[in-house]
Amino acid sequence: MRIAPLSPAGRRPDRRAIAETTTVKYELTHLQALEAEAIFIMREVAAEFESPVLLFSGGKDSIVLMRLAEKAFRPGRFPFPVMHIDTGHNFPEVIAFRDRLVQQLGERLIVASVQESIDRGRVQEETGPRASRNRLQTTTLLDAIAEHGFDAAFGGARRDEERARAKERVFSFRDDFGQWDPKSQRPELWALYNGRIRRGEHVRVFPISNWTELDVWQYIAQERLALPEIYFAHEREVFERDGMVYAMHPDVALLDGEVAYRTSVRYRTVGDMTCTGAVRSHAATVTDVVAEIAATRVTERGETRADDRASEAAMEDRKREGYF
Amino acid sequence: MRTLTGRSELLRIATAGSVDDGKSTLIGRLLHDTKSILEDQLEHVTLTSARRGDGYLNLALLTDGLRAEREQGITIDVAYRYFQTGAAAGITRADPDGRGRKFIIADTPGHEQYTRNMVTGASTADLSIVLVDARRGVSVQTRRHAYISSLLRIPHLVVAVNKMDLVDYSEAAFTAIVDELTDWAARVGTADLTFIPISALSGDNVVERSAAMPWYDGPPLLSHLEHVVIAADRNLEELRFPVQWVVRPNHDAFHDYRGYAGQVAGGVLEPGQEVIVLPSGRRTRVRAIDTFDGPLQVAFPTQSVTVRLEDELDISRGDMLADPDDRPAVVRELEATVCWMAEEPLRAGGRYLIKHTTRTARAVIDALEYRVDVNTLAHDHGAGELALNEIGRVRLRTSAPLMIDAYATNRSTGSFILIDEASNDTVGAGMIRSGR
Repeated sequence: MRIAPLSPAGRRPDRRAIAETTTVKYELTHLQALEAEAIFIMREVAAEFESPVLLFSGGKDSIVLMRLAEKAFRPGRFPFPVMHIDTGHNFPEVIAFRDRLVQQLGERLIVASVQESIDRGRVQEETGPRASRNRLQTTTLLDAIAEHGFDAAFGGARRDEERARAKERVFSFRDDFGQWDPKSQRPELWALYNGRIRRGEHVRVFPISNWTELDVWQYIAQERLALPEIYFAHEREVFERDGMVYAMHPDVALLDGEVAYRTSVRYRTVGDMTCTGAVRSHAATVTDVVAEIAATRVTERGETRADDRASEAAMEDRKREGYF
Repeated sequence: MRTLTGRSELLRIATAGSVDDGKSTLIGRLLHDTKSILEDQLEHVTLTSARRGDGYLNLALLTDGLRAEREQGITIDVAYRYFQTGAAAGITRADPDGRGRKFIIADTPGHEQYTRNMVTGASTADLSIVLVDARRGVSVQTRRHAYISSLLRIPHLVVAVNKMDLVDYSEAAFTAIVDELTDWAARVGTADLTFIPISALSGDNVVERSAAMPWYDGPPLLSHLEHVVIAADRNLEELRFPVQWVVRPNHDAFHDYRGYAGQVAGGVLEPGQEVIVLPSGRRTRVRAIDTFDGPLQVAFPTQSVTVRLEDELDISRGDMLADPDDRPAVVRELEATVCWMAEEPLRAGGRYLIKHTTRTARAVIDALEYRVDVNTLAHDHGAGELALNEIGRVRLRTSAPLMIDAYATNRSTGSFILIDEASNDTVGAGMIRSGR
């Protein structure tokens, strides 16, 4: 065996001593550590799956995912397309933002439409004043995954959002029917992700599982990421229902006693217009929003998502069916 | 005024415990006192506690996120909880520099039948908290939890001696536990051991220093979590860079670009440095360390970067860049401690897939050397199999060479998982002792 020559100084540097005496501390901030973990996860998926896709909602979490994909794969292109599940009741500002962002990045966009699922008879539109297309999205999503043969789908879900999500793995296995079985999740150890699946099954992958809402906003500030304008305070015509503030839009019919009025609001989450509530706010910049989030006493889903209020296990039940 | 500038580090914590040792109360208090439980969550817990007739604010409902767990009143699976201190989170308290930390708590069940979940939560932890009931002293469960912490090489172990209020804040009760566990830990070999007398229920020594225990001169728990030094836990000596993904853009601007992307698993990378490519053994130098945000002059664990090399070599996913003077062993035979995670037991002759860093190969179990009794630490050399949740020493062979270190030296290059090829399940977690 060849003996390696010594370095010019005669011996190898003692890194631990260097770490203690020089200005390079070999330390990462928590955002740097979370970012490095997310990049690692995205590259694992690109390497181990044949046909991944990135699910993009136009919301802040999926905008962060897009930046993380740039960090993971540039100067190359994303080794997967971006897919939006369009409920037909999206905020127009968000759709415009989506098209701008995808064009700027030069990536491929697939739009799967809930309206088409309704037209093809795959799902039936809910009726009544509280009708929402939230649940219908699951069918559109699973059909699109099957149609394109995707075997892994990135999502921007975080464990701090909701109780059931706090239990979900980073690589979350879905069976042939797109179902999640929370009782038989694969153990997930170290950074050794098991991406083995059979044909027809797929994995949902959540690279920002360990991020909190505040982390996401601090990252947006650090990276100077552009967001749809509805995340910042603006005047809007709204009405109140079930203790939440909703935007007026053409598909909504006011119930007895409900009145529309204008006020300054912003959105903490971006989903379907019919089930996403606004918060009264004057936070007009990212800095204002970070201060507001740091001081808030209510969770983002509790404050703004009617879909989670249906029952104690509303999210767990929808996730079992194949929801995001 | 809250600012964006507060730097904060990430600390991963594992806790293990059962319903009655106060683990949920402790986590609940840490979350509550750092303002991490929000009003709608608290309201939900209050309502649910009342409906179930718990008779107290059942903070376990915060972490028991699944329907089955709430129905049965037990923690089954690992739950992750997050809290943050320091200026960036708006929580400065008495900390003069206001740096604070972000904490991830892996909250795991404590019962023996959930050992695999405990191992899962412990695998990534920087620090573990083991709770001891001051009235009962060191139990079988305490020793099991401390053993798993040391087996998974969690660098810092905190023994929180809880329910001190129920032993009249007695120093003698605390000291007896310290003495017994210190002896035990010296035999098992735990890195950094800290004892803190607390009462999670009344808040003594959790966030604020307790006035009831003047004989204790150490910091309260949260202060310890904020200040324990974790930067030195990383291996900065031996370069280990498992290649994860080859960046080859197929467009004109970067026609000749070829970069090797991955996460630094050990040591420090610098441009100009000589590296050896394993398993081929070819040598070259680092030309540049690229990131989306520009080139780096130095990269270290756990940064995700892209490395360009001076020479065009045949390198692909699963290969490793290492320090030529201090390289990992390239082996096909391993001796390792394995925690078994599947219903179908591990036996000699069993065949699995092994995933180690970014490399996956086939493996066959040559021998089960012994099984560890996780309560007494006795070795059973006559054991014929490892059942679900059991831990033992195995020898195995692999179909391709692996670039390994002992788990004690490097948790990334010293660990692996075993996958059942028929079910695709993760069935075992391995910590490498040696290889050849």
